[in-house]
Amino acid sequence: MNRLDDLRRLRPLYDLAVIGAGPAGIAAARVAAEAGASVLLADLGTAPGGQIWRGVTQAPASRLAALGADYARGHAAIAALDALAIDYMPQTAVWSLAPGGSGGLPEDLQELGLRAHGATRLIRARRVVLATGALERPMPLDGWTLPQVMTAGAGQILLKSAGLLPSGKSVLIGSGPLLWLLAAQYLRLGHRPQMILDTTPPGRLSRQPGQALGFLATGYGRKGLGLLAAVRARVPLRSGVTGLRIARDETGLSVHWAEHGRAQHLRTDLALLHQGVIPNLSLARAAGCAIAWDAAQAAFRPVTGAAGQSSHPGLRIAGDGAGIAGAEAALASGEIAAAAALAEIGLLPEAPRPGAERRLARALRGRGFLDRVYTPPPEARRAQGAALACRCEEIRADTLDALLHEIPVSGPNQLKSHTRCGMGPCQGRMCGPGISETLAAQQGRPVEEIGYFRLRSPVTPVTLAELARLAEPEAAE
Amino acid sequence: MTGLPDLPAAQALPATADVAVIGGGLVGAAVAWGLLRRGLRVVVLDEGDLAYRASRGNFGLVWVQGKGLDFPPYAHLTRDSADAWPGFDAALTEASGVSPMLTRAGGYGFCFSQAELDKAAANMARLAQQTGGRFAYRMVGAEELRRELPWIGPEIPGAVHTELDRGANPLYLLRGLHLAIARAGGVLLPDHKVTRLAETGAGYTVETKAGTLSAGQVVLAAGLGNAALAPMVGLTAPVRPVRGQILVTERIPPFLNAVTSVIRQMHEGSCLIGATNEEAGYDTGTLPGAQAALAAQTLRLVPALEHVRIVRSWGALRVMTPDGLPIYDRAGPGAWLITVHSGVTLAPMHCERLSAAIAHGALPEALAPFSASRLAAMPEAARAAH
Amino acid sequence: MFKRSDDPASAPVRFTFDGRQMTARAGDSVAAALLAGGVTRFRDTPVGGAPRMAYCMMGVCFDCLVRIDGIPNRQACLEPVTEGMAVERQPAPAATGGELR
Repeated sequence: MNRLDDLRRLRPLYDLAVIGAGPAGIAAARVAAEAGASVLLADLGTAPGGQIWRGVTQAPASRLAALGADYARGHAAIAALDALAIDYMPQTAVWSLAPGGSGGLPEDLQELGLRAHGATRLIRARRVVLATGALERPMPLDGWTLPQVMTAGAGQILLKSAGLLPSGKSVLIGSGPLLWLLAAQYLRLGHRPQMILDTTPPGRLSRQPGQALGFLATGYGRKGLGLLAAVRARVPLRSGVTGLRIARDETGLSVHWAEHGRAQHLRTDLALLHQGVIPNLSLARAAGCAIAWDAAQAAFRPVTGAAGQSSHPGLRIAGDGAGIAGAEAALASGEIAAAAALAEIGLLPEAPRPGAERRLARALRGRGFLDRVYTPPPEARRAQGAALACRCEEIRADTLDALLHEIPVSGPNQLKSHTRCGMGPCQGRMCGPGISETLAAQQGRPVEEIGYFRLRSPVTPVTLAELARLAEPEAAE
Repeated sequence: MTGLPDLPAAQALPATADVAVIGGGLVGAAVAWGLLRRGLRVVVLDEGDLAYRASRGNFGLVWVQGKGLDFPPYAHLTRDSADAWPGFDAALTEASGVSPMLTRAGGYGFCFSQAELDKAAANMARLAQQTGGRFAYRMVGAEELRRELPWIGPEIPGAVHTELDRGANPLYLLRGLHLAIARAGGVLLPDHKVTRLAETGAGYTVETKAGTLSAGQVVLAAGLGNAALAPMVGLTAPVRPVRGQILVTERIPPFLNAVTSVIRQMHEGSCLIGATNEEAGYDTGTLPGAQAALAAQTLRLVPALEHVRIVRSWGALRVMTPDGLPIYDRAGPGAWLITVHSGVTLAPMHCERLSAAIAHGALPEALAPFSASRLAAMPEAARAAH
Repeated sequence: MFKRSDDPASAPVRFTFDGRQMTARAGDSVAAALLAGGVTRFRDTPVGGAPRMAYCMMGVCFDCLVRIDGIPNRQACLEPVTEGMAVERQPAPAATGGELR
């Protein structure tokens, strides 16, 4: 792997550009390099691994042991890239992606706008694999913007990348496997969370005993069960939690909730929120890829074919960015997408990848069960009352309600234009899903019909100087 | 905490209206509110969330300098509307509770070379002469400009300044108009694209996917959509899209109260930078090359913005006529056509003078020169050149 | 609010936050280094002046914006901390006195 830190050292044209160096991107880059293709692996992080294997190459043995085998195996997956001819560009944001044929581009060339270390550059690729992964589903409760409130994923990133544990009291709030995994990892390293407030609607598990048994027979299922037992033995659990609200004063946080209709609260130093993950679609949207609503996962996902084909011939999407399926599936789908892309441009024979297909099928077993148990209910997916719907522009949910009460709003883009909701630096990543669902609920229409904010490049902020440099003659070469 | 508050059901398409306004953007909404204030029953038929919306992709200028050069009726129309803006601003704020945030610090038209400056000086002198001196302006030289705007880049040779130029927040303006329409009892219907229009003798039938409306008069304010609608009622709207890309910065400390031709700082701190002029058909895309050129020009103007980040961009389509001037026209028992690309500057005129004309059923004398019939007299070569 | 779970493998990295000396570990992001040093207020929002702290730690939410070596609006969760770095809390733009910088 050829680790670069200067955009000027990139080629102007690659056979394959892979965006994102998590499991899907790693697998895609590996397949391409092994086939002798010129390949660029561009990633926002400082080392390959994505969020799932964040920091794994630097983690000391004790941390590796505590974080578990699924984490530690990232080491080998990343090390496998070492000997390959991959142009790897870390700390790089891809802020634009123009598919072939758009804006005067040749049909068979895609154009990427890259930013790294204060510089920008446009490069082209014959094929692109988008492996942009997932982000945590926003959990827009009243108080979610306060200091000392983070996502559970953020807590886990701090643990993986810097070995940080909460030093005082912590409470884990929400639903889903990551919450339990983080609790188990904290316990192994000596931090005992004060409480888990589980928002999973009651009865979800018992309603599908058949699937539950099927799921438990999978590797994921067995591991999950062990985890649950280990955590429940040591951390108090409150189930069926609703009406969450967090307040903060000089001495810390107070978390308020309702449990079987009774009001409860506790004081804590750190609240970690989580209610699952959703595909990270900013770049796919800005590139104009067709996006659909996945009712089972209650999330938007790109429309993709069996080998990750998006609605643009030159762009394929692999891993969680194409629909949440986890790291194992991402490794397989990255391989499948890259092989299919390379076959299209004659760099690999057109042939099935039975090994990867088998691993993908295995990894997808039990996914439907997880979705049915852990997908949060609609009212938890949109901000309500005094909760801020838009973190950047600080717009309360009831402000939006008042406007929607008074004038008809055709959709998310009109609501954005009326209220500035979604106009801040996060470009709607934190408010967008909730806004679409708010409008769907208010208008009694399917979310798919409501649609989403129209995204445009730059999908991640670029300074004027960085952008202006593209207009200089040498930048065009 | 659970569920949404009880919200009114979406309004239904009524069977009849005095006036059907086709288009819920700045033009249609301003006319509609004006008609409602005159006591007419108004239905506004708008398209969906992803329609081509110039109203959501503009700079919000109430811009006077240079407008109507060699066509004095447009110069006077613009000036009249700009003069009416403060009163309009106050009335809309009162009616809707939303201020369109009219600025009052004048405007600079920057020139990036001596040749541009010389040409601007000649044009402004000619305009002043053509309009009987109605346009007070100053040519601002390099040194004076640096005194007034200390952050200006060293290469900028000068600017045209007028006290007449102002700016509004186009998004607040549209929100205010929509609220004012709702509060005045107007019916505003998104997702009601008009598919067919027909004259019935006494009035018009207006067909949408959701049903048909009978209206005494119809106002075509559908932007680029006017091209297809106008011929159905004996009018012509030869409009084409001209793309403008705009960059939006993060919020930064206030440094620019005046409006300018290429950058303005909104009251909440973000700057709009624009805009390109591109013949790109109906492609509303944003292109890195054009964005880079905008960024480079901006840094020549304000070098201190180099580390400021672009957080959003737009590509929107201007509604352009062959000669670049508005079309105001009327046909039949009450079919009105409004085609402009200055929906902000002309909003008070649309809300007041034009709605009065519609209520009275006759095109006013001042708008007669704007009939599309002027374009028929335009030689083919000149039309193509525009 | 946070503490280390293991011993450092290399010499500490020294940086400042609002002029105060802080230490971090090689490989820390600025956000991780600030959180390890007990900082809970990274910036004040431009709209309501509300304090914010790093929230997502993966470059999505833009709540961890700080000024690094004089340049505002840097994402602390994406920026590795380096020796001698000067990090500052980012005030709301309105509070900076209207100076263009």
